[in-house]
Order: sequence, then C-alpha cells, then structure tokens
Amino acid sequence: MKSDTRKTLFSFLAELAVYGVLVVIYFFLVLHFLANWLAHLFQGNIKLYALVSIGLIIGQAILLEMVTTFLFRLLRGRSE
Amino acid sequence: MILLAMHFPISGTDISPLYLVIIGFLIGVLGGFFGVGGSFIAGPALRAVGMHWNFAVGTDLAHIVGKSVVAARRHRALGNVDLKLGLIMATGTIAGAECGAQLIQLLKRQGNVDFVVSIVSIVIYSSISTFMIWESWRTVRSQKRRGVGKDKNTQKGRHAADESSFSGLTESMQRIPLWPVISLPTSGVKAISLWVIIIVSFIGGLFSGFLGGGAGYIRMPMMVYILGVPTHLAVGTDLFEIIISASYGTFSHAIKGNVDILVALVMHTGAAIGAQIGAILTQYFAGPKIRLLFVPLPLIGVAIVVYTLFTGHKL
Repeated sequence: MKSDTRKTLFSFLAELAVYGVLVVIYFFLVLHFLANWLAHLFQGNIKLYALVSIGLIIGQAILLEMVTTFLFRLLRGRSE
Repeated sequence: MILLAMHFPISGTDISPLYLVIIGFLIGVLGGFFGVGGSFIAGPALRAVGMHWNFAVGTDLAHIVGKSVVAARRHRALGNVDLKLGLIMATGTIAGAECGAQLIQLLKRQGNVDFVVSIVSIVIYSSISTFMIWESWRTVRSQKRRGVGKDKNTQKGRHAADESSFSGLTESMQRIPLWPVISLPTSGVKAISLWVIIIVSFIGGLFSGFLGGGAGYIRMPMMVYILGVPTHLAVGTDLFEIIISASYGTFSHAIKGNVDILVALVMHTGAAIGAQIGAILTQYFAGPKIRLLFVPLPLIGVAIVVYTLFTGHKL
C-alpha cells in the first residue's frame, strides 16, 4: 500500500472513530431531552413543530459540517 | 445500546439508531457525489423498518434538507455552487412541485395513482439511465481518441475534460432569444434566456412533486445537457437548490403531520459525514465519468418500482 493512501486511510478511520464517539454523546445528551418536548409540540402546535423541525435539521447540519470540517483539517494536517 | 431499537414517539416506530446512521451515511455519500437526494433508497429503507409511507416520505425530505446543507457547503468551498442559478431554479422547482402534487391529487381522485406513477417512473428512470450511459460513453471514447482531459489534477484540466456529446443542443438552447437573457459567469454560461432555466427547474419540480424526493436524477442531467452547466457545478448547484425546495416540502409535510424530525436528525448524523466524503470524491473524477457512474441510480429506482408493481408488496 502506498504511503499516501495509508495516511489518507488512517486519517479517515481516525475521523470516523472521533465522529462516532461525538455522535453517541449527541444521541444521549441532546435527542434524549428533545424527544418528549418535540412529541408534545407535534401533538399541540403542528405549525410551530414544522418551523422547529426545519430549524433543528439546518442547525444540526451546520454544526456537524463544522465538526467534520474541523476533524478533516486536524487529522489530515497531523498525518501529512 | 446503540444497536438496540430506540422508540421514536412522533411516528410511533422502534428503529435502531445504528441502522438509521448507516442508511444516512450511504445516502450522504451518493448525495455528495451525484447531487441527488437519494429518496429512492431512503423511502424504502424507512418503510422496511415499519414506518408508514406518509412518515417515510416527509421524514426523508427533512433529512434531505440537512444532508444538502452539508454537501452544498462543502461544494461551495470547492467552488462548485452557482448561487445565482440556484436561486432562480428554486422558484421554478417550488412551482413545479406544487403542480406535481396537484397531479397526484387528481390521480388519487380517479383511483389509479399507484399504477400511473409506477409506469411513469419506470419509463423516466430507464430513459435517463439509457441516455446517460450512451452520452457519457460516447464522450469518454471521443476524449480518449483526442487525448482530452489527461491533466485531471488541475481545475483547468477537469473543466477541459467536462464536455458532453450534446454541446449542439446546449448551444441551441443558449441561443433562444427570449427576453430576459441573462449570463451565469460562475457556470461559464455567457447568455441564456431566464425562461429556459425556469422551465428546466419547473420540470425538475414537477417530477419531485409527482414521483417524490428531490428529483436530482432528472435536474442534474438537464442542467448539464440543456443549460450547459459543468457537471461539478451542476452537482453543487443542484444541492444548494434542493435546500430551498426540500425545506418548502418539509414544512408542507410537517404541518400535515408527516415528519418525524427525530428520525431525520439521527439519519442525518450519518449523512453529514457521508456527504462530505461524496463531495470530496468528485475532485477525483472528470464530468463524463461522474455521469457514467450516475447511471445505476435511476435503475435502482426502476427495480424497486417493478418489484412493488408485480408483487404488490412494499419493500
């Protein structure tokens, strides 16, 4: 295996491992607390639920994009 | 514990978060690489674990929004997003999606919606795959003969390699003198009628409303062959445009009670990293090769629809 490919593979696996740990923490800390509140909102105020849903998915997307970009830079930078 | 099924109170389903993350990851890679929503995989995958179709469709749209934000931001960093084109297309897509949804309502009233949508989707998906395999193969062969695009490591080399066998059609579309004629400097389009862009995006939206999902499988090829947008830019711009149109679709489905946002959020954790990887992979492939690799995707949709039509079972 070429040295460059090995470095890239190592960076990728390291990134997946770090990302996996962060995602598990995220599941338990954030989604656990959000689940009941969102379920009540879904039953009680569907329009607000719709707006909150879009806000949550876009907010999570921006947050995760920043996390993955940071990890890419950090791990690629160290392996090179 | 993450392997065990988790209860999602909104849709009333029990699904393993790991399953959702893996499905999200696979769809994320496809989306980042091809600029498609991946609804032809996400919908059946959610249905397969017991979610009702209305929730599967709405939740998939919400997840598409998140995935497209990640992939479009990555594509933007790579210089692959034409914001002006994306904003213009979003208006046509939303109008088209509404018309597609109305067509579905009409067919529902006549009682033959499943049969008509199945036949239309088989014809459309098969036609797209057949056309793209023929066109990409012809372009790749022609480039090999002429030695074009050997320098794939530079932006210039990749753009030189990104030509299509339908440049004649593209040029004639760009020559239509229908006012207002605009330019798209980011995409390298010197002049094109605004109406051509609106019609292309309207057709994409029509298919999105009629067949579901983001309809990137038809919009991305039309952007390349009709508007003359380079493939890398078509993928990135399509994703940016999907953020707007899928947000509209998500809101519309959410107020009808068809979105389980918790499922979408979990799926999206996998999609976020998959979309980044898919977007980065586009750097290593020239336009015709991306189009050639795109071919099997609509055929997966055909296989699912044929299976459902002949067996009467949903996956």
